Amino acid sequence: MSENSDNYWKENVRLVLKLLAIWFIASFGMGILFVDWLNQFQFVGFPFGFWMAQQGAIYVFVVLIFVYVFKMNKLDKKFGVGEEEMMDEGSE
Amino acid sequence: MDAQTLTYIIVGVTFALYIGIAIWAKAGTTDDFYVAGHHVPPLANGMATAADWMSAASFISMAGLISFMGRDGAMYLMGWTGGYVLLALLLAPYLRKFGQFTVPDFVGDRYYSDAARTVAVICALFVSFTYVAGQMRGVGIVFSRFLEVDIMTGVLIGMSTVFFYAVLGGMKGITYTQVAQYCVLIFAFMVPAIFISILMTGNPVPQLGFGAELADGSGYLLDKLDGISTELGFGEYTAGNKSTIDMFCIVAALMVGTAGLPHVIVRFFTVPKVSDARLSAGYALVLIAILYTTAPAVASFARLNLIDTVSNAEYQATPEWFKNWEAIDLIAWRDKNSDGKIQYTAGNAFEGKPDFYEEGKGASGERLLRNENGPSDNELYIDQDIMVLANPEIADLPNWVVALVVAGGLAAALSTAAGLLLVISTSVAHDLFKKMLLPNITDKQELMFARMAVAIAVLIAGYFGINPPGFVAQVVAFAFGLSASTFFPIILMGIFYKRMNKEGAISGMLTGLVFTSLYIIYFKFINPDASNAENWWFGVSPEGAGTIGMALNFVVAYVVSQFTNAPPKDVQDMIEWIRVPRG
Repeated sequence: MSENSDNYWKENVRLVLKLLAIWFIASFGMGILFVDWLNQFQFVGFPFGFWMAQQGAIYVFVVLIFVYVFKMNKLDKKFGVGEEEMMDEGSE
Repeated sequence: MDAQTLTYIIVGVTFALYIGIAIWAKAGTTDDFYVAGHHVPPLANGMATAADWMSAASFISMAGLISFMGRDGAMYLMGWTGGYVLLALLLAPYLRKFGQFTVPDFVGDRYYSDAARTVAVICALFVSFTYVAGQMRGVGIVFSRFLEVDIMTGVLIGMSTVFFYAVLGGMKGITYTQVAQYCVLIFAFMVPAIFISILMTGNPVPQLGFGAELADGSGYLLDKLDGISTELGFGEYTAGNKSTIDMFCIVAALMVGTAGLPHVIVRFFTVPKVSDARLSAGYALVLIAILYTTAPAVASFARLNLIDTVSNAEYQATPEWFKNWEAIDLIAWRDKNSDGKIQYTAGNAFEGKPDFYEEGKGASGERLLRNENGPSDNELYIDQDIMVLANPEIADLPNWVVALVVAGGLAAALSTAAGLLLVISTSVAHDLFKKMLLPNITDKQELMFARMAVAIAVLIAGYFGINPPGFVAQVVAFAFGLSASTFFPIILMGIFYKRMNKEGAISGMLTGLVFTSLYIIYFKFINPDASNAENWWFGVSPEGAGTIGMALNFVVAYVVSQFTNAPPKDVQDMIEWIRVPRG
């Protein structure tokens, strides 16, 4: 593996791990493990734990994917491994 | 116009639309047939993925399930959306770069082994057939209740429509029909939800309405729901009943299972570029989240409405829908204390599914049942599947909304069925025939095989729709469990762990497959009486078995790979190549 793609891969893995940590905290953490404790807080008309489990976690998932898309596109550019220059690569 | 005429018109128009699209998007090559020529734009792929993913279960059953489960229903909400994060971050871009047609393709090439490919094909076929049977049952229910044709005619109409556009258009036809089906199903799900939210809370956004104060001034909706649920003995709606570890494992199995499902993964083979694969996973989840964040709101509206309507109501005074659903066996009532009123409390009204006498009526005109009484005073049986379908009627919405919901339910079932049928046909024509049995066939012949395989798969699925095996509900746990314990770990390690070799992958996949199957078969079929927290391993129910199977798969694969040879150089080069978008 060339040094460039090696570094690209390392940064990619680091980013993915960070995002998955948030993914875990929002769903398994707040929606399951600490849901009863969080329920003591009121969030608009919802007990907060209940809201995380049935609504909040899903919103976090959506945001995570778009952050990933944005950051990866930047990473592709930084390391010059993106696909922009490859026109009409559709039919392989 | 009455509801039935309207339903015929709306369903007819949507079906004509799907067929029109299929004719426009006819497939000419195997490339078109399997992956729509890799030419699907990201947004269109997002819509198709969302329709592919949201099945009859999501559209018809999920809100109903949540409605009866309360907070624990979140397991479906998180489980069936969180998998997309895994898919987007860990699998989709790399599989797109790999650029073949199927999941068994990747497994076979990455692990340089036809044995691995074969195990993957078997799992893919099993998972897909399991799932298709469920879709056909959904089509049957919808047709028999709303169009008043018998289930057989309903399934035949549904099947011939799918047959037409799947055989003709392959993935290309399916993709663009799914785009249309997404629009139909999301519109059909949202319109009644918005109506009901306005009626109950005055807030047009269901996601907010369900945390709002009720329009009649009786306080917050969820407080009131907690109150009456407790009063009737169901326990608080916003509190959970399942153990934390079980919840954890079920959610993990559903998430990981989602990410490993072949009919979902294959959608990411259809976009032009790696960056498009990432983006379209994002679009897909947004479009899915619209329904998945509305469903829990619908669930709590429906729960409150239902209790308000039936609890302590006189049977004779119940609205029309109550008797309509009773007529097709999905609602049942036995007047245990002969007061003519419906007592609705926790516990089963009687043992098992309702078993009605054909003749004779009770004192209030209700249908009579053979079943033994259950232990509780509850007199009412309600099938969870009817909540979404009955919701517009329960809330007294106009007829065209009822008709729309019917078309939406059908769109959800058909779009998922089509995606699954395509996976089945690809597995047979491409993975089995082209890659293993008859490697010398031409592209044209392979395309013919693929079309024949779809045709046969449609017929088998249709058979299951008409004669649904009694175990559909149980086998869905199976589909996710197997997907989680076989596909996900070996695909993940195939990308992120270069040292993983064929010996590790095959033994890991077999361990996951055998453990998960045995665990589920034992508790669901051989000894269902023992299926309780005391006998489960670590208190994990069969629905969460995939999580343990997945962990075992990882461990076994890792250990075995340490004692066997590293994969050959060309495979290691391929892994490096799929890790970067360019090239």
